[in-house]
Amino acid sequence: MSNALIMTNRALRLSSRQLDALLTSLMLPVLLMLMFVYLFGGAIRTGTSTGYVTYVVPGVLVICAGFGAATTAVSVTQDLGGGMIDRFRSMDVPGPAFLAGHIAASMVRNIASTVLVFGVAYLVGFRPHAGLAGWLAAAGVLLAFILAIAWLAAAFGLLVKTAEAANALTFVMAFVPYASSAFVPIATMPWWIRGFARNQPITPVVDTLRGLLLGTPVGTSPWAALIWCAGILAAGITAGGLLFRRRTA
Amino acid sequence: MADELAIEATGLKKSFGDVEVLAGVDLSVAPGTVFALLGPNGAGKTTTVRILATLTRADAGRALVAGHDVARERHLVRRSISLAGQYAAVDGLQTGAENLRMMGRLAGRSRADARRRAGELLEQFGLAAAAGRRVATYSGGMRRRLDLAASLVGAPSVIFLDEPTTGLDLPSRQVMWQVIAGLADLGVTVFLTTQYLEEADLLASRIAVIDGGRVVAAGTPADLKEVVAEQSLDLLLTDSAAFERVAARGGARARRADPGGLAISLPTDGTAAQVRSLLDELDPERAAVRSFCVHTATLDDVFLAVTRRGPAATHPEQETTHV
Repeated sequence: MSNALIMTNRALRLSSRQLDALLTSLMLPVLLMLMFVYLFGGAIRTGTSTGYVTYVVPGVLVICAGFGAATTAVSVTQDLGGGMIDRFRSMDVPGPAFLAGHIAASMVRNIASTVLVFGVAYLVGFRPHAGLAGWLAAAGVLLAFILAIAWLAAAFGLLVKTAEAANALTFVMAFVPYASSAFVPIATMPWWIRGFARNQPITPVVDTLRGLLLGTPVGTSPWAALIWCAGILAAGITAGGLLFRRRTA
Repeated sequence: MADELAIEATGLKKSFGDVEVLAGVDLSVAPGTVFALLGPNGAGKTTTVRILATLTRADAGRALVAGHDVARERHLVRRSISLAGQYAAVDGLQTGAENLRMMGRLAGRSRADARRRAGELLEQFGLAAAAGRRVATYSGGMRRRLDLAASLVGAPSVIFLDEPTTGLDLPSRQVMWQVIAGLADLGVTVFLTTQYLEEADLLASRIAVIDGGRVVAAGTPADLKEVVAEQSLDLLLTDSAAFERVAARGGARARRADPGGLAISLPTDGTAAQVRSLLDELDPERAAVRSFCVHTATLDDVFLAVTRRGPAATHPEQETTHV
């Protein structure tokens, strides 16, 4: 446990000193949100009475989590390629402690950027109607999603050999949310993409966040979202454990 | 007695896919000594270190480090060893002091103790002035020194140094040599790998030469020099026709022959009379030899003799008669 804390401290210190990466991961979601609200928002009919900013915030949070996860993949890959992992292993730092450090740091970074997104969203007119329970439930679902994709990203970081390859995850994480209910209603999409959009994990996560924050009915979305998160988490932890053993055999 | 040796390996084998990297390596290292594993690139040095440091499992064979089996008692071995690899495994974005404090904490020290130990090591390795600077701003030599310091935070009894001076300039290398020699004075067992004969000769009390995944020679530096105990007469010839003529007359005795470099090296006792008669015999026209020199056998000669690499590889059948 103390090893995991030392590893977390290290990962946080390192990411706080990569100013360019830090600024990108903090500013990109905010800029994306402003772009959607002010450039595209006027043309998008969401079928809700609230403004587009209210519609788009959950999507921005999800994409923000995706960027954060990609950063985690890159830092895991760098540690494996650069020899740090050998030192840690020869010092008997367990593999799970090493990965947990990266995951915990990823969570902290993501929470910071999430708070920033909420702050800027409020400034440009985001007015959620959630009560305390709604806020807590939304936070819970978002954290579950962040945790799940952080593990998936760590596993991806263990799979690839170079930081450039690890960075490819950014593209996946940046584009998958567009084919969901994050930015535009699925009903406006062509039929052949609707099937994918309705049945991919980001849609229930976004629908849940949107419903909880606006105080509207969420139906079965939270359960679908949590099942997806649990599945991704289980896959990420399993793959991460196997890949870690393979890479360090 | 196994528990009297710091490192004892028998029959270590390792293949990666179809490539056999270690073909049965035996080593023994007495505690408190500096041992050098000397070999060219790709000889299996790093793989040997990784097996002994519990990072890679051998396919066959057995190794005890600090009295513990590297395969079955990994955790006990890890508590007794430290490793400084070919990459300086320190974080560029942390300061020197932060790196050492982190390693100290991982080695189980309290916060205060880790801080104290980091201060001592920075002082000892001449890095006190750079303690508060990020490692990314360090020179290559400073990074290696910090890496070595990091491997000492946990008070290990066996230290593995994988090519500690590769890529360093001569002044940095000399500083590293002083530091490594100092480790042995502390009673620590040092296992280092190197491609440099000079380094092995200078630091180690025992050397094993590894090539193609096997130990091809082992002993003290003096033992190894005895393999080619005499002196060498090195001839530099005027052109390739001259090389052919001299090689035809003396090639069978040559210790080394390098047609490309127009060089031939023969054993001699170093007396003027013998050198004169050799020159007369090989070059009666007095036109083929441009220059010559006589030198005592160095570890380079040992290395070339036992690994059959370099120029000697052109005449392997002759080489064997001298080994």
